[in-house]
Amino acid sequence: MKKQTLKMAFAGIAVMSLFVAACGGSSETVTQETTAPVTEETAAPVAECITPTPVKLQLQWFTQAQFAGYYAAQDQGFYADQCLDVTILEGGVDIAPHVVLANGEADFAISWVSKALAGREGGANIVNIAQIFQRSGTLQVSFKDKNITTPADFKGKTIGNWGWGNEFEIFAALTKAGLDPAKDVTLVQQQFDMAGLLAGDIDAAEAMTYNEYAQVLEAVNPATGALYTPADFNVISYEAEGVGMLQDAIWADGARLSDPAYVDIATKFVAASIQGWAFCRDNTSACRDIVVAKGSKLGASHQLWQINEINKLIWPAASGAGMIDAAAWDRTVALSLEAKNLEGGTVLTKAPDAEAHTNDIVTAALALLAGMGVDTNGAAYAPETVTLLEGGN
Amino acid sequence: MTLVGRIAYRTSMFVLAIAAIIGAWELYKLIGPQGGGKFFGVSILPRANNNAMPHVWDMFSRFGRPEVRGSDRKIWVVVLSGAWFSLRLSFVGFLLGSTVGVGLAVLMTRFRIVQRGLLPYLVMSQTVPLIALAPLVVSWGGKLEIGSFVWPRWLSASILGMFLAFFPIAVGTLRGLASAPSAAMELMESYAASWKQTLFKLRFPAAVPFMVPAFKLAASGAVVGVVVAEISTGLKGGIGRLIIEYAREATGDPAKVFTAVFGAAALGLTMSGIVAVSDLLLMRNRPKETTT
Repeated sequence: MKKQTLKMAFAGIAVMSLFVAACGGSSETVTQETTAPVTEETAAPVAECITPTPVKLQLQWFTQAQFAGYYAAQDQGFYADQCLDVTILEGGVDIAPHVVLANGEADFAISWVSKALAGREGGANIVNIAQIFQRSGTLQVSFKDKNITTPADFKGKTIGNWGWGNEFEIFAALTKAGLDPAKDVTLVQQQFDMAGLLAGDIDAAEAMTYNEYAQVLEAVNPATGALYTPADFNVISYEAEGVGMLQDAIWADGARLSDPAYVDIATKFVAASIQGWAFCRDNTSACRDIVVAKGSKLGASHQLWQINEINKLIWPAASGAGMIDAAAWDRTVALSLEAKNLEGGTVLTKAPDAEAHTNDIVTAALALLAGMGVDTNGAAYAPETVTLLEGGN
Repeated sequence: MTLVGRIAYRTSMFVLAIAAIIGAWELYKLIGPQGGGKFFGVSILPRANNNAMPHVWDMFSRFGRPEVRGSDRKIWVVVLSGAWFSLRLSFVGFLLGSTVGVGLAVLMTRFRIVQRGLLPYLVMSQTVPLIALAPLVVSWGGKLEIGSFVWPRWLSASILGMFLAFFPIAVGTLRGLASAPSAAMELMESYAASWKQTLFKLRFPAAVPFMVPAFKLAASGAVVGVVVAEISTGLKGGIGRLIIEYAREATGDPAKVFTAVFGAAALGLTMSGIVAVSDLLLMRNRPKETTT
């Protein structure tokens, strides 16, 4: 009597397993799209390339123009020219690039310096081999009528921040202004959008020049029916306030740096990456299209704005792109040691050792690029003016 | 009532419920405070402005417009393909969860000591936050290499779906397997039926009414697990990733994020729909009085 029921169940299971098999097959194509085949042929500086070395790069966040240089290097065949087969791994909400790197699941990672140094202090043997962003792009944005023009004006206000190690500059600015983060201000966790600022829940919101600041300028002001303009806001730049901390840098696995083969790969990787960034400096629209083609969900005008703002953080690079500026490094370390957070603790408890960063690899990479005729200083770089459209579209 | 009549009734009730939700949403937008209601400084009434609560027609018309300007992919195509991707992952997670859940339940029924030893840990396992587990599973998966098998990244998301799915199934099945009437058990014993025979001929059929709701719970659990894992690990292609990507644009394009949320809701409904249909098929030969 119950035989039929069982038969049905088995038939169901059989069908389901077929479904899974089909599922596995088609998903494979999705996961492999990051390893885009490189077809373009340019003047190859490397003599012979039989099998490209596989390299994995872990990003801090989803595909967006913040990482345009790496995507451009992949798309334009700069990595292939160096005999590298680079797979770019996207980040996520809970993915810490320095942890992925320290676990050996990636060969290189992009991370902010203070965050990565905190990871290093926690035992992750990672080394900064190229400081791509020479300047900090963090802002604190508030409406004009709040009259917040310096960090000292934060007193008594509601200050938004993202947490996850992205808030250190806020604490540094508060400490510098003589304010106690626990008593003098109300710190609130901010979402990934700027709705909190527009709704008035947050007096001053944390924003990156290349992302969240653009988001508010893409939103419609209900009072006027037109988009908000920079004139509606007061913007505090932490870089200008003297508390800017170094951001996107390429980190390598410290344990493997004693291996000459890895150093060679690192040098080529850094060189091709900088070449990618130089390409994005000179071809912003083409670079935008590369990022959009890689599946970024942000709109085109937003991406163009982002590339332009990122270029401002990289170029001009007086001593060459990727060089770690000693003064900026020391400032980042000093602020990480001084700035008090809500609990009164600091990002770092002791200064990182000298092995935490090296200019050897980037120096060799810049020499390699000089031989190829790539401009790695961008002395003549001039930013463009980008017009944002509603919703960034 | 005939089957057709029942389906018509169900459908009309569904449409009515949706209409009621839309009506309530728009009504609140009409009469609710634009800036939100505060009570002693604590915000209790949500804002009714277009940024926080876009008009229903804005959300639906957003489906018909391109995802980003210049792209020829309409947003409904993107959301649908994202939902399809997540559905397949959820389904894998659900199947894995069913296997593990039913397996554990049988084991616990067979050996009381396993039940007493394992059950508390199963309960405890569900208190581990999913977002704490997600990066770990991805990390373990990345290190795993068995022969030529390479752990695909999507499998980590399915594993997290499994993690939420197996628990209701294990507990529901365990309860179901124990629900066979003792008279029937004694009858099986008098036939000198083996434990296996009793399991398949008596215990499992008796367990079905307990298992079906458990499977329904597990189906939606698998969806939640997969969506959270996608958000947490940044897995590309699914609805969870779309939600967080669109959420970043909520400042300038608030209707967009709702399209992804609708996609996730449709995904959950589809999953429990699959279970409901298979329930209908499995139960159709069952005497009515024992099922209700």
